[in-house]
Amino acid sequence: MKRFAPFLLLVILILFPLLVRDDYHQHLMILVLMWVVIGAGWNVIAGYTGQVSFGDAAFFGTGAYTAGLFATKLSISPWWAMAAGGVAAMAVAFPFGWICFRLRGAYFALATLALNEVMRHIATIWEDLTGGMVGILIIQTFVSKVPYYYIALALAVAAVIGVQAVMGSKWGYYFVSIREDQDAAESLGIDTHLYKMISLNIAAFLTGMAGSLYMNYMGFIDPEVVFSLHDISIMAILVGIVGGVGTVYGPVVGAFIMVAVHEFFRTGFFGFFKGLAALTGSQAITTLAKYVMQAHVLGFGILVVVVILVLPNGIVGDWKKITGWLPLGGGRRSAA
Amino acid sequence: MEVFLQTLVAGILKGGLYGLIGIGMTLIMGVMGIINLAHGQLMMVGMYITFVCFHYLGIDPYFALLVSMPALFLLGVAIQKYTLNPLIEVESILPENQVLMTVGIGMVLTEVARFIFSSDYKSVQTSYSSSSFFIGEISFSLALTIAFFIAVAFTLFMFWFLLRTDLGRSIRATAQDKDAALLMGVNAQRITILTFGIGSALVAAAGTLLMPIYYLFPDIGGPFTRKAFVITILGGLGSTVGAIFGGLTLGLAEAFGATYIGMAFDDMIGLVIFILVLIFLPSGFKRITKV
Repeated sequence: MKRFAPFLLLVILILFPLLVRDDYHQHLMILVLMWVVIGAGWNVIAGYTGQVSFGDAAFFGTGAYTAGLFATKLSISPWWAMAAGGVAAMAVAFPFGWICFRLRGAYFALATLALNEVMRHIATIWEDLTGGMVGILIIQTFVSKVPYYYIALALAVAAVIGVQAVMGSKWGYYFVSIREDQDAAESLGIDTHLYKMISLNIAAFLTGMAGSLYMNYMGFIDPEVVFSLHDISIMAILVGIVGGVGTVYGPVVGAFIMVAVHEFFRTGFFGFFKGLAALTGSQAITTLAKYVMQAHVLGFGILVVVVILVLPNGIVGDWKKITGWLPLGGGRRSAA
Repeated sequence: MEVFLQTLVAGILKGGLYGLIGIGMTLIMGVMGIINLAHGQLMMVGMYITFVCFHYLGIDPYFALLVSMPALFLLGVAIQKYTLNPLIEVESILPENQVLMTVGIGMVLTEVARFIFSSDYKSVQTSYSSSSFFIGEISFSLALTIAFFIAVAFTLFMFWFLLRTDLGRSIRATAQDKDAALLMGVNAQRITILTFGIGSALVAAAGTLLMPIYYLFPDIGGPFTRKAFVITILGGLGSTVGAIFGGLTLGLAEAFGATYIGMAFDDMIGLVIFILVLIFLPSGFKRITKV
């Protein structure tokens, strides 16, 4: 059963747009798939290699802007930027990693945070190129969401399979050895700087591709959206840690849950509060609903705190712990 | 020349406050070994406390220090005790869990502030907010000058505390070598809790002192967290003297950047310095001052 679960999931995902035809749910699934790609990238650098990145938005935004500039400045179809966006993100990651991988642990994390901010400021200030705060608007290729869905699905599947392949290779073992003990890895003759660079560039490539997809799909970007610390960088971390750090399917689970939580708050508990307000006609509940709908960042914050405290290895990583809590978990309570 | 001197003064006055922010951060850094990414958000909470004291209770911002500092001390203690310390025992793949936790706490603080006070800009308008005095041709903002001297007083007090008192010595011992400190009979857990409290109280003081001349909104924490870590990186991680130099440098750099390059680059200057320091002086001023 467990062996076939990924295939079963894939079949469901392939059939999804045929079964669910309304735009809203298709839109959400496209976002989920996009987050799978970003989460997979974050997982490579942070989950497997142990270099926590707070700056995924730098790569995401670079990919998105590459696509946007392809369309507006070069008049080339932004779809070419799917690959170019990944390469552009690597072009950002390469010098950054070269300099900042001399830092370890939390200091590296800080440097990524700084990268995030610097990229956002550049995109805001360099108005001749990026249009500044006005952003970039392009015409989407397709009206229907189905083509986007399958492109996103292909990208997500490729990302997951690619990460699995890398982690099964020699590189993967080097990555994990760096995470577990960098000095020991170094003394065994692993060029830790080189492999951290490779890991970061894989992550940047995937995240940049996701950024290009976002530009192609949404048709509009501005610096505050694609270089957002909370909505992109922190969300990427959340996708990683909620799903499970250092697991292949963690980002898949994490992406699904995070988009659901985001939507849950944005729609006011799926319209629950609005319905309640309409039912009772109470002014207080209408105001409350307004607050709840703006509270998704608060929800994320609380989720971070709770997940780190209770499930430090995420849902996939701590699956045994979760089944241990359930009365139907076969009574296999874990010792921890 | 006048413009230059004026900028110099503005930079030093601002730098004194930045030093206070940096010391809180660097203390936590030294003892816990983590960067506190909720530092600016704690400052934001301190600022809101000042705002409430002034606006609803009519307490002058400088007396509000007596409210905001103890309040933030308790908040810091609670954060350390109930969210960060339990993580030490948790088995996890990522060693940076505590840093991620501070990010989560920062988000919660910001959003709770948004819930209570909404996203509007708030300010505290005192009689001396916009008054200034002149020495020669150079104008000094009265509120900023008072804030600077109070910040210097706090800084000196912190030095006395760290160098001369038992508790201060325990904090330094824990920062230097936690295991050795434990063996010498220092309750390291209690020290981490107290240190987080003290760090929070110091940053609250900085926030309160800034309040008469600054504006306030829930997202103000993020930029100040970034400033705080630029200061600590500049000064050399865990170095208290370095934090003061780091604070002054950042204050001066921001002031000169704003005067000679442009206001739009205000935030970016700190980040550029940060990256330059990482490349050319990875251990910050600590390497030069050796303290």
